[in-house]
Amino acid sequence: MNTETKSGRQETAASAIELRGISKAFGPVQANKDISINVKKGTIHGIIGENGAGKSTLMSILYGFYKADAGEIFINGKKTDIPDSQAAIAAGIGMVFQHFKLVENFTVLENVILGVEDGPLLKDSLTKARETLTSLAKEYELHVDPDALIEDLSVGHQQRVEILKALYRQAEILILDEPTGVLTPAEADHLFRILRGLKDQGKTIILITHKLREIMEITDTVSVMRRGEMTSTVKTAETSPEDLAERMVGRKVLLRVDKTPANPGKTVLEVKDLRVVDEDKIERLRSISFSMRAGEILGIAGVSGNGQTQLLEVLGGYQNATGSVMVNGQSIDLTGTHSDGQSRRARGISHVPEDRQAEGLIMEFMAWENMIFGYHHDPKYQKNRWLMDNAAIRTETEAKMERFDVRPPNPRLQAKNFSGGNQQKIVLAREIERDPDLLLVGQPTRGVDIGAIEFIHKRILELRDEGKAILMVSVELEEILSMSDRIIVMFDGRIMGERDPTKTNERELGLLMAGVTDEGEAA
Amino acid sequence: MDKMPKWADLFLIPFINLILAFVAAGLVVLAIGENPLDAIYFMIKGSLGSTSGIGYTLYYATNYIFTGLAVAVAFHARLFNIGGEGQAAVGGVGAAVVLLAVDWPHWTLALPFAILGAAIAGAAWAAIPAYLQAKRGSHIVITTIMFNFIAAALLGFLLNGILKNPATQNAETRNFGAGAHLPTAHEMLAPFGIEFSKSAPLNFSFLLAIACAFLVWVLIWHTRLGYQIRAFGHNEGAAKYAGISSVRITILAMLISGALAGMLAINVVMGEQERLIKEFVEGAGFVGIAVALMGRSHPFGIVLAALLFGMLTQGGFELLWEMPTISREMVLVIQALIILFTGALDHMVRDPVERLFIRMKKRAA
Repeated sequence: MNTETKSGRQETAASAIELRGISKAFGPVQANKDISINVKKGTIHGIIGENGAGKSTLMSILYGFYKADAGEIFINGKKTDIPDSQAAIAAGIGMVFQHFKLVENFTVLENVILGVEDGPLLKDSLTKARETLTSLAKEYELHVDPDALIEDLSVGHQQRVEILKALYRQAEILILDEPTGVLTPAEADHLFRILRGLKDQGKTIILITHKLREIMEITDTVSVMRRGEMTSTVKTAETSPEDLAERMVGRKVLLRVDKTPANPGKTVLEVKDLRVVDEDKIERLRSISFSMRAGEILGIAGVSGNGQTQLLEVLGGYQNATGSVMVNGQSIDLTGTHSDGQSRRARGISHVPEDRQAEGLIMEFMAWENMIFGYHHDPKYQKNRWLMDNAAIRTETEAKMERFDVRPPNPRLQAKNFSGGNQQKIVLAREIERDPDLLLVGQPTRGVDIGAIEFIHKRILELRDEGKAILMVSVELEEILSMSDRIIVMFDGRIMGERDPTKTNERELGLLMAGVTDEGEAA
Repeated sequence: MDKMPKWADLFLIPFINLILAFVAAGLVVLAIGENPLDAIYFMIKGSLGSTSGIGYTLYYATNYIFTGLAVAVAFHARLFNIGGEGQAAVGGVGAAVVLLAVDWPHWTLALPFAILGAAIAGAAWAAIPAYLQAKRGSHIVITTIMFNFIAAALLGFLLNGILKNPATQNAETRNFGAGAHLPTAHEMLAPFGIEFSKSAPLNFSFLLAIACAFLVWVLIWHTRLGYQIRAFGHNEGAAKYAGISSVRITILAMLISGALAGMLAINVVMGEQERLIKEFVEGAGFVGIAVALMGRSHPFGIVLAALLFGMLTQGGFELLWEMPTISREMVLVIQALIILFTGALDHMVRDPVERLFIRMKKRAA
């Protein structure tokens, strides 16, 4: 291993990981098809691709969660078998998952030594870990209080613990799966600084993401995956976001949203002094007030978990609140028997929930059953007093699937058998075609492939241009900036301020999302 | 898209499970020095070899259809109703009270009211755990189990008290009137010239059970309530989003479930005993769990599974008779093995079979 010569790191460095001809099938689905890739030591290597392109499968093979059907793995030029994650760790691979694998009620130190304790008594391990953590913190800006409980840490800090865990296990190769999904822009910047620091120390980093901006910002080399195949690997300096998007989707993609100025009409929604205290007596919404008019998109920006979910739930009718909400000039019940999804829908509010798999759809239900979900009381779906008109629902579903380009257009397929984008289109078709006065949309394009994003954005804008009010919650700042007519930023259950999307930028919004108000603005 | 064809899911896998269960049971029989093939022969002959055997088999199957459907309806709402035993017992009280209160002129008049009595009593017994689950969050598994004991105690209390027939020493009611007599299979088939065993307890209730199976199928897949029950069962969070009330669905599903369990009394109390006795449910409430599990909570599968368990029950009794070395506990072991393989160990067979089908599909492609 004499590759650590400073001069030749870029070009002549040996490979840290080399995959040759990796294939993996899940039943009839070929998740990875003959994938070969060579990741050079001491570089940051990006892997992008749409959802379902096979990125996660490939990394799971590398980390020993799945066994490849065919192909070979070389670590530092040596052929290596990785039957389980223990073997991966032994080979110097560390993985930071999208959903952290931390014990919530353990301290940072306890989490770091979990599984690599030096003996039956913890004292020695803890002392050793404390020393290591201190030096790592100095070296890489990885500061975390070693005695803090995980549940008390912010998401950004929890992620640092995951990285520390990997480094403590002497990982030379660090794989990060969608690491910035839960971070504020400032936290993401900090993460990138850490990653650059690690790279300078000769560590190899594989970054899996669907965000083109991050790829451009931090990677040295980028590999594009599409439908289970590694379609191309290029030097980041020699490509552009447009070029990468095209490689991902296989056709030209419009990255910017084409949109005309809004034409706001009468006030549709008026929210005053809305407060939510959850079951744990934690205040989730602290006096929220805003209003919105027909024909405009109000974007709600914020890091997830700052009250946006509760706001959608209150308006959608399944979270009790105090305060007042007026829809089309009439107040709606915020507690009690008339505060449920049914009565909200009757008032012209449609709701595309943030998590389509947990709320918007019943995954085991067929498409046609999902197409009436929430509207199953509508008399037009009943054959008579007793029976539902299943055949008519199927016919209607077929038409809606066609209009929303849901593929495959088969009403009898279970929701779980559709891709994320097509699942989202089913929910959108259901909610938009009810012709609502107010559409609530949470994370309209989370986990949706680029091609479908374009389609979904177009549909939402069309609805706006028909004169409907659209309340859009999204953690994607790009989406907020390009879609909204007005932007509200939420932090810790409060509105931090309102901005005009044409007169603000990601940096300013990012600061508000982190709770920083440099102008002392009050909402 | 599906991993394997539907027929394999519905028939092939239960069939393989069954074969495995018989092999395991065969080994047990072998271990006590008996010939397993003989045992199987006696069980099949005893349950299907005569009209008397068939009559008993279908009589037991009737019970299992009722309790299996009861478990299945609740399970579609992801409620594990373990209380079929108690609900059936209280259903017996309901039926008996109706049948004792009036001197019924004809069974066609008595039956609808007896059904109502049994169903309402069973539903009422399920309503309390349902309420506690929906409003107080007490786990339904725990409460329904507890209510089985309370039901048994209640039945004993009533049969030693106000419902007791003073003419006997036994804890039982007096006999229902002749106008409450349900036609037996022997009586129903005689006009068609079919000679059916006079002693077999099979009666009109079997047809009622089949009708209930059909109605449950309509309920679950063709009504709005069934739609909401399934939605709630699959995903409570999504149901909340859709405005489906968890309280309402929990209570309604349990009421229907309890009513179905209660209707077991029509078969046993009205159709066979013609009086209310203690412990008439004889574990059918618990067998219903296995039946629903094996029938995959689908009414058609439940009818098939109930027939199988009817055969096992009747065949088991025959086995006791024919093979003196086999004890009652031994028969229970064999039945338990079948429950184990068809219910609990489902995935042991399912996963390899799925892989096989995927491989076959790939080769064909």
